[in-house]
This record gives sequence, C-alpha cells and structure tokens, in this order.
Amino acid sequence: MASRVAEVRNEVPGLSAERPVTWPKRTKACLANGLEIVLAESHAIPKFHGELFFRSGNAAALDRGPGLAEMTATVVRTGTAKRASRQIEEDLRRMGADLSSSAGADTSAIAFAGLSELAEPLLGLVNELAREASLPEAEFERERRQKLEEVKLERTQPGFLASERLRKVLFGPHPYAQVSPSAEQVAAYKRDDLAQVYREFYTPENAMLLLVGDFDSSAMLQTIEKVFGEWTGKKPAARESPAPARPHGRRVHLVHVPGAVQTQILAGCHAITRKHPDWVKLGLTNSLYGGAFNSRLVMNIREDKGYTYSPRSGVHALRQHGYFSVSAAVRNNVVAASLTEIFYELDKLRALPVPEPELADARNYLSGVFSMGLATQDGLLTQLATVALNELPDDYLETYREKVRALTPADLLATARTYFDSANMQIVAVGDRAQIEEQAKLFGDLAVYDAQGSVLQS
Amino acid sequence: MNRLHIAMESTTLANGLKVVIAPDASAPVVTVGVYYKIGFRLEPRGRSGFAHLFEHMMFQGSANAPKMQHIKLINSSGGVLNGSTHYDVTNYFESVPSNALERVLWLEADRMRALKVDDENLRNQRDVVKEEVRVNVMNQPYGGFPWLDLPPIAFRNWANAHNFYGDFADLDAADLSDVQAFFKTYYVPNNAVLLVLGDVKAEEGVALARKHFGDIPAGAAPPFADPGEPEQNEERRGDVEEKFGTLPAMAIGYTVPQRRTVDWCAMALLDQALHGGRAGRTYRELVLEKQIAVEAEGGIDDFFGYNGPTQMVTRILHKPEYSSEQTLTAFDAVIREVQDSGISEDELQQLKVKWRSDYFSTLEGGRGGMPRYGLMHVLACFTLFDNEPQLVNTILDGFHAVKREEIQGVARKYLRPEKRAIVFRRPVGAREAA
Repeated sequence: MASRVAEVRNEVPGLSAERPVTWPKRTKACLANGLEIVLAESHAIPKFHGELFFRSGNAAALDRGPGLAEMTATVVRTGTAKRASRQIEEDLRRMGADLSSSAGADTSAIAFAGLSELAEPLLGLVNELAREASLPEAEFERERRQKLEEVKLERTQPGFLASERLRKVLFGPHPYAQVSPSAEQVAAYKRDDLAQVYREFYTPENAMLLLVGDFDSSAMLQTIEKVFGEWTGKKPAARESPAPARPHGRRVHLVHVPGAVQTQILAGCHAITRKHPDWVKLGLTNSLYGGAFNSRLVMNIREDKGYTYSPRSGVHALRQHGYFSVSAAVRNNVVAASLTEIFYELDKLRALPVPEPELADARNYLSGVFSMGLATQDGLLTQLATVALNELPDDYLETYREKVRALTPADLLATARTYFDSANMQIVAVGDRAQIEEQAKLFGDLAVYDAQGSVLQS
Repeated sequence: MNRLHIAMESTTLANGLKVVIAPDASAPVVTVGVYYKIGFRLEPRGRSGFAHLFEHMMFQGSANAPKMQHIKLINSSGGVLNGSTHYDVTNYFESVPSNALERVLWLEADRMRALKVDDENLRNQRDVVKEEVRVNVMNQPYGGFPWLDLPPIAFRNWANAHNFYGDFADLDAADLSDVQAFFKTYYVPNNAVLLVLGDVKAEEGVALARKHFGDIPAGAAPPFADPGEPEQNEERRGDVEEKFGTLPAMAIGYTVPQRRTVDWCAMALLDQALHGGRAGRTYRELVLEKQIAVEAEGGIDDFFGYNGPTQMVTRILHKPEYSSEQTLTAFDAVIREVQDSGISEDELQQLKVKWRSDYFSTLEGGRGGMPRYGLMHVLACFTLFDNEPQLVNTILDGFHAVKREEIQGVARKYLRPEKRAIVFRRPVGAREAA
C-alpha cells in the first residue's frame, strides 16, 4: 500500500442543496410548407449545431434495396445543381463547418455544425443538399465502389458481427433485421433508385429542422423562413411492417471467427419503444443492471472477476420496436462463466426487490447524468431530437427527473420481470468456434455461422 | 472576428499543487479534473504499459474510500467519472451536479494523499487491462494501427518507442512495490494540477482546493528522463501483419516542430490543409480523385496535449489492386504539390476559419457525457507544460498570423523522406498487387 501521511479525514462530505436547472429556451414552429422547426439557444461558444431529419430511412427503402437510404444520404453531399463535390467541401471549410449525411433504420439526416457568424450560408448549403442534390453519376459510382470495400471490412469487426446477428434473430422478416447490405446488394444499387428515394424522402412535410447554439431564436426563425420557405414536397406514404414474432426459448448463435483471441458476447430480447409508458422504468432498471460503471454487472464481471474490460447493457429504441441487450468482450476461457453471471444478475433483479439505498443511488445517477447531457450544444440537440422525433410531450425534459425519482422497488421488480426476458434471451457469441463451442452450447440450442452469414450448423 | 474568452482564476498552493478554476454558472454542473505530469512516455523500463495499469489502480481504493466506494460515491451523486493515460499526462476526472463538488474534491484529495490497494486489486486490474488490450488491439482489425505500430519504427529513444499498452510479460511482472514506487515518485501535489470548471465561484473553488488538498505534503521533484530523439537522417520503414482486415494499409508519420514555435503554428494549418476531412488534399487526391484509397485521414493527434516528440500521421487503407508503392507515390505527389506550389491565399483563409471553429469545438466538447472535457484538457496541459493556463485565450493568435510562405516552408523543412517513418500493415496471406 502506498501512503505518505498519517493524518486523514474520514468523513465523506454530504451533498449540499441542489441548484435549480435552467431549462434551455426552446422555440417550436412550422413553416407553411410543413417543415417543423425546433430551436434552442446555448451560448457557451460562438457556434451552432443543427440537424435536418427526414422521417424515412433504410426500413422504408428496404423493398428497393437494403441500405439504399444510407447510400442515398452518402451521395447527397457530393453535388447539387449549383455546386460540384469539391466546391461543397471547400465551402464548408470556408464557413468553419462540418457536415455529414447518413440514414438509420427510421430516419435520414443531414447533420452540421458551424460558426454562428456564418449560419445563413451554411443553412443555404443544407437547403441546397435537401432540395437540389444532383446525385452525380460519377460520384455515385465512386461511393458505391467505396461502400463495397466498407461492407467487406465491417465483417471483420466482432462488434458489427454480433449486432448484425442479434438483429437478425430478434427481428426475422421485419426490416429492422437488416443492419447492413451485402456486397452483392451494394453492387445492385442503381442511381435511379437513389433518385427515387431522394425525391420521396427529402421533402419539407417529411422533415424536421433542429438547431441548437449561439443565436437569437426570433432572428434565426426569419433566416430559416428565408432559406427554406420556398421548398415544397409531400410526405411519403407510411410503410409499416407487421410485428415480428418474438423468439421463443433461449438459443445460442455462434459466429465463427478463426483465430479470435477474445469472445464478443451480445445477448438480447425484445423490449419497448421510446413512447412506451414504461420507458423511464426500464431505463432505471437497465442503469442498475449494467448501464452505469457502478452497476451490478460491471461490479461483478469486471471489478470482482476481471473477465472483461467494458461490459454494458442498454435499451435500444427504434420507431416501431425496441430491444434490450447486454454485451461483454471476454477472454475465451470464461465465456460460460461470464454468461452465468450475466444471467445471474438478470434473474436476481427478476426475483428480489432492489434495496432502497441502491435504488436511491441509481435514481440520483440517472437524473444527474440526464442534466449533464444538456450541457453541450450537440448533447442538447440529441435530447431535443429524441423528444421531437418520438413525439414525446413538450415538458419531457422538465419532468423526466421527477419520473425517475418517483420509482419504487416494486416498479423495478415488475419491470425486470416483464422486460428482462431471460428465458427467451438470444445469445450471440462471436469468436473461435473450437475455443468456445462447448461452453456456449451449455446455454441453449446452438446454431453456428461464419462471418459472411452462412450457416455452418443449425 | 468572433472570439471566445474563458474567465479563470489560477493559483499554486504551498505544497506546489496548481489550481485552475474556470467558473460558468450556465448549468448546475461542475467538472473536476486532476492531471498528473506523468504519462506512458516516462514509465519505467521493463514495465511497458505500467502508466496505464497504474491509472486503473487509482480506482481501486484510497485511505478512506475503499475499492468500489469511489465509483459508487460519484455515480450515486448523479455524476460520471473516468481517467485516461496520455503520452505526457494522466488524468482523472468527474462531472457531477454542482451540489456534489466538495465530495469529489474530497475523493480526489484522498487518493492523492494515500492510495490503498492490495495484490487482489492488482491481479483483478491486470486481467481487466489485458481484456482492454484484446478488445482494442489484438482482436480488432487494424487494432493499434498506427498509434502502437509507428513509434517503435519512428523513434530511437525507448521513452518514445516502446509499447504503451504494455507487453503482457511486463504487465505480469508488475507488483505492488512498483505501484507504490510510481505513486510516491510521480503522484505528488507538486507534479499535478487541479481543475474545477463550471458551476463554482472562483473564490469558493480556491478555498475548497486549499481545504482538501492544502495539507498533502509535497514530494521530491520527480525525475524526468529526457525524451529527446537523436536527429533523423534516413527514412524508416517497418511491417506489421494484419490478422483480420481485408485491405492493405500504411501509415506515414513526420515528426512535427517544437511546440509553441512559428513552425508549429504553420504545421497545424498545413495539417488542416492535408487532413481536414473531405476538403483535405490527401483525402481529395487519394480517395475522391485517384480513387486509390478507401480511407486517407490523420493529423496531429491531441494537438495541445503532448510535450515531447510527436508525429503528424497519415493513415491510409487502399484498394488491393494498388500496390503499396503505387499508393505511396500518390501520397508523395500530394506532399510535393504543397512543397512546390504552396497554397493559395483563399485556401489559407479557409484553413484559418476552420481552425478557429475546430478550436471552439475542442473547448466546448464533452467526452463520455462530461461537459467541458476539452477545456479542462487544454487548460491542464497549458498549466503543466507552460505554467500558463491563460494561453487558452491567446493561443489562436499565433495560428491567425501564419503566412502562406510559412506553410510552404514547413512543408519543405519537415515533410522530407529522411524525416519520416512508414509502417505497412498488410493482411495475412494477401499478395501484393503488381
């Protein structure tokens, strides 16, 4: 033990009186063309962050090609009626700006940040990308070849292979099962398909513009009206897919990576969307299980047993469905021991009420971290986007902490019993089959795949 | 031009602990950091990876906060915490609702005063660190590329050239006496800075620092091995096998000028010209125009956070149909273009605007949900390296003063083949394109 002094203080200082949170001023508006707008001021630095969301993503384009919305977003930034690719990139730099365009399962988005003094020209460029992207043929071909290499590369990453397999086993025929295209699917993309997705998705009626930063909201609203006011376009027809059947019974899905020196474990089950009334309860239960450093799972398999560096659990909300998952990258000879502890901690939360002092700690943690997430421009933007895209109540931010603080041991017990569906959890293990198969199959019927997704054993 | 001014108060306690308070009451949140001026560059020989392993040990218990108490006290106050090991500094930091400020200071003082760990803790964290190395390096495509690959090829001084994550044999050899010696040598108040940022008044912050840290005795001034490098006069090359990845890769590193010189400022803007995203010359030429590479990015990592030899590194993943030499030739053409023709006034203006904008984001940026991490980091480094935290408000001036010919000048002076190192990381069993 290292120590250099005799005199020490024993008492842990208590918490002083809480200081009130000043909730950021928000402005909501809607232009005549249907574009929804949310603004929030945050003056820490002379910059602003923004995101233009479209409420359609890869799921809505799946019938035309997996990942097609993502490919469209990628090509959107490569040219407009007025500017070629190189001009766009240099203009961004001239404005001190960063910009990215991407698509997830449910949305497509153009995200950007720049200097407040140059807000209008940056919004002008965003408007151009949203309305007048020319999807140049040569840029499309180049991005497609680039994507071909990327999809090969991601199949060498254990984390990707695990999440891809889990989504497949949880969502089966539903579009949410598809997280990334195959090389063959990328090769089949056609520029006309991208153009159709662009015309259909990138419209003001389908869009929401969020800006957070150092600006005056009323002046910013006028700028937005000036820049985006002339844009027109209808909302695309809604596409909902039938709910997927929930997997029944615990199963193990081993993805064989020869030579892996570690095993990536990812186990999950169906849960809920962001709009569900149990969301806050599940968030707190998850935080106590494996969502915080001080959580039971981290203390068990990291700080006590040293099986893993970064165990964690989380609740993932997509628009129509959500799922709960727990992950840990562990050394090969403790795969069974790690799974035993993962399920022990899940089942313990299902069996026994959480002691009140532990619950109080978890409530404090969740409400404190929530406030902290609002303290940077992009953190606040993320929170506001969650509220807006999920159509949560306007006072969601202000009331969240009260909801957390009202939860009881009985609430958590009921939540764990409902959503920590340990009997039907699907276990994915990405690693070297020869090293881990015997351990893995102790936990359920085993299927084995290779990294390309081919079944080696079912 | 829009400027940013960070208000701050700084002082040094009688025991040598430097204290920087940067008040900002816009949210009831406070970020606390303690930075020690010791990183993996100066860890003991035969103990590669020890600075990082030691960082883990700082969470394993102190005199009045046994293992798990430290983490529990922060999380249950509504806060988050972490630590990280860098080349020349190691940091420990927390963000909490401001009503928990005194508790955080008490905890940081407790572990600066007296670490209390045992063999069991050390065994446990050695296992955790090995899994960290596996998940980040040994079991990942391009793991450790190029931050662990390049230093042994580029540098001759062990301080700069060894494996910073640590050879497993060295990790296994570390025992509690190493932990104790390292703590006593480097973790003394006169080798540290305490930072408090956010919802705190300047006088309150200084008073609390004095109350909790004031009676920790100073230690002997820590010894520092010279990290200097002998002059390099030949291109250095090396190979590392890529076990999982599908694409051949290479990284090219040029040692950058001494920090806080005119050349250093010019080099920063040259870095922006070469690597600034899709507008950067390297990406534009190799990925967008010639379409040889799938990725071409890089730069001077953690620009304000080092205090010894460091490199500007370009990382390239290229298509298998191009050979390494073809790819390198294309990269060399990008460098030669700047050396021969310099950059235009228009490009220089773009670079300066982007540099300023990026600097603001660095200061505002959080990390893992911790607001003001970036400001904390920059303030800490300016304090430990320069004893001048106010530099945060004036450092931009040097970059704004850079002239076109200075950028061309540093390109010619520093981006020379005999001043660089290259690592090739080729997939196992792949045949090189003709």
